[in-house]
Amino acid sequence: MNLHEYQSKFRFAEFGIPIPRGKTATTPQQVYEIAREIGGPVVIKSQVLVGGRGKAGGIKLAQNPEQAETLANTILGMNIKGLTVRKVLVDPAANIRTEIYLGITNDRAAGKAVIMASSEGGVEIEQIAREKPDAIIREHINPFLGLLEYQARNLASGINLPHEHWKTFTKIASNLYRCALASDAVLAEINPLVITGDNQLVALDGKMIIDDNALYRHTDIAEMRDTDAEPKEETQARAAGISYVKLNGQIGCMVNGAGLAMTTMDMTRLYGGEQIGPANFLDIGGGAQASKVAAALRIILADPNVKSVLFNIFGGITRCDEVARGILQALDEVKTTVPMVIRLAGTNAEEGRAIIDAANISNISSAATLTEAAKKAVDAARGAK
Amino acid sequence: MAILADKNTRLLVQGITGREGSFHTQQMIEYGTNIVGGVTPGKGGEWVHSKPVFDTVKKAVDATGANASIIYAPAAVAPDAIYEAVDAGMGLIVCITEGIPILDMMKVYDYIKRTSSRLVGPNCPGLLTPGQAKVGIMPGYIAKPGNVGVVSKSGTLTYEVVYALTQAGMGQSTCIGIGGDPIIGTNFVEVLSMFEEDPETEKVVLIGEIGGRAEVDAAEYIKAHMTKPVAAFIAGKSAPPGTRMGHAGAIIEGGEGTAAEKIAALLDAGCKVADNPEQIPSLLN
Repeated sequence: MNLHEYQSKFRFAEFGIPIPRGKTATTPQQVYEIAREIGGPVVIKSQVLVGGRGKAGGIKLAQNPEQAETLANTILGMNIKGLTVRKVLVDPAANIRTEIYLGITNDRAAGKAVIMASSEGGVEIEQIAREKPDAIIREHINPFLGLLEYQARNLASGINLPHEHWKTFTKIASNLYRCALASDAVLAEINPLVITGDNQLVALDGKMIIDDNALYRHTDIAEMRDTDAEPKEETQARAAGISYVKLNGQIGCMVNGAGLAMTTMDMTRLYGGEQIGPANFLDIGGGAQASKVAAALRIILADPNVKSVLFNIFGGITRCDEVARGILQALDEVKTTVPMVIRLAGTNAEEGRAIIDAANISNISSAATLTEAAKKAVDAARGAK
Repeated sequence: MAILADKNTRLLVQGITGREGSFHTQQMIEYGTNIVGGVTPGKGGEWVHSKPVFDTVKKAVDATGANASIIYAPAAVAPDAIYEAVDAGMGLIVCITEGIPILDMMKVYDYIKRTSSRLVGPNCPGLLTPGQAKVGIMPGYIAKPGNVGVVSKSGTLTYEVVYALTQAGMGQSTCIGIGGDPIIGTNFVEVLSMFEEDPETEKVVLIGEIGGRAEVDAAEYIKAHMTKPVAAFIAGKSAPPGTRMGHAGAIIEGGEGTAAEKIAALLDAGCKVADNPEQIPSLLN
């Protein structure tokens, strides 16, 4: 789960990391009030969960409250990469002397958290990694020991931070680790961490991604989820216990298992070429009971781009004849004329197919192999255009 | 022979009285797996499918001589179950449990690497040595004994491939699902080296997916050390970057972990890479 900039920074502040004394607003009037309270120039920052807000015009500098209000009028309601700006963060403008990167993430290969610093702050870490890999200093963190002081000093030394800032910097690094740990963050990033004109270190921008699997023990963070920032189908899917990601193609995919769901998506692209592809990732989980299939089908069909639906269910422990009956029951609940291709494999696959065929529903056909199913779904999507 | 589990495996089920644990215990017994007992704290003395239930792993090991354990315990308590199995000296620990937080797994990973126990998973379908032992949740009928070793990050996609192999007349030595989480106990390279050593395994199938660099590491290992032919499939070619595809580990981050780079590395290592999982049996011919 991604946190907004303001959520991340306010959480950093709870752990003693210095941040600009800004506030959030949802109306231009509020922006005016906050700017007046702050006094002096302010930065108005759209709070949307995508990168490249600045380039899209979602971050603006205002010299006075009046200008802040005017700019807020254009930013609030603005569309950035498909997301509507509903909230802005109003921060005092900083006098930036130096920009540093400081972040904690997981190194899968090492099986450990890694803290990274770079003197090349202000650009994405991935870009630094590509262009100047030597400019990133890394320290792996032992999960039982935590971040050690010498490791934080290694970072300060590695990025050639002036000695006068070491004490503050190592404190910030240690607090960032404490914050990441206490939040079950898979990413906690300050970018940039700036040295201001009056020689202070401040976390100007922040980002956190929380481990979805750990949300059960962080109800306070789980409540911070911004469901406005995701397609509503994803919110509905989460409630139904279905894993769903909306994509841009035309073929709705309903599959059991994440790896098989990705493979099914890939097959629609393989046979659909550039024009036809997957409309979604959807993992229905085990069992494929009628109620869950119906919920998944409603979510898939809510996407107006969907021209055909491909069911790909491998009946392992659950038999395919049971799955077939579940699908038919769901189709009885959710009426649609969208063409559907059903491919069942595994235990009793032939009996399952016979049940689908015997139902003799005009918009439904069955397929024996994944290749055949993908081709049929692609043809149906093309024909529906 | 096969790898990791065979007819000599003496398997203990941690979480045997739970719904999943009980159901799959029955399935494993029906397959012929040598299950010696189970553990559920507080239910010691009970019996499940005619197998004794113990309160602690240590007591179970003392009484039954179990040398492998399978864990169905819920995510919040699964790490504790893993530590208990490690401290009881279990050689092989297979964790089926899905949804264990990464921070918990980092500790488990660090701890277990200092011992002689091997963890497979978590969030995996376990392993199946056809005709000998089923340690996990793979449907038994999809497999048959043979000489193809299968290692995979996924569940149902593995079943697809194994079933396709079986229908094409190609049996398997052992099928292993290592799990799709970012931190797992046993990686591709470790399994590949076991298959390379195993005299019964003559060909290998590797099924990977987007995210991380485990498949690239596997390709480097194959190029440098493997003499047996490897056919591969990578799921997630059509997935957009930055979005998690079901598995916590299946996410392309910062342009890394794409299907394209993994496929290129595997091809460079001399593997045959399928566009479609149904092609895999023909690539092994």
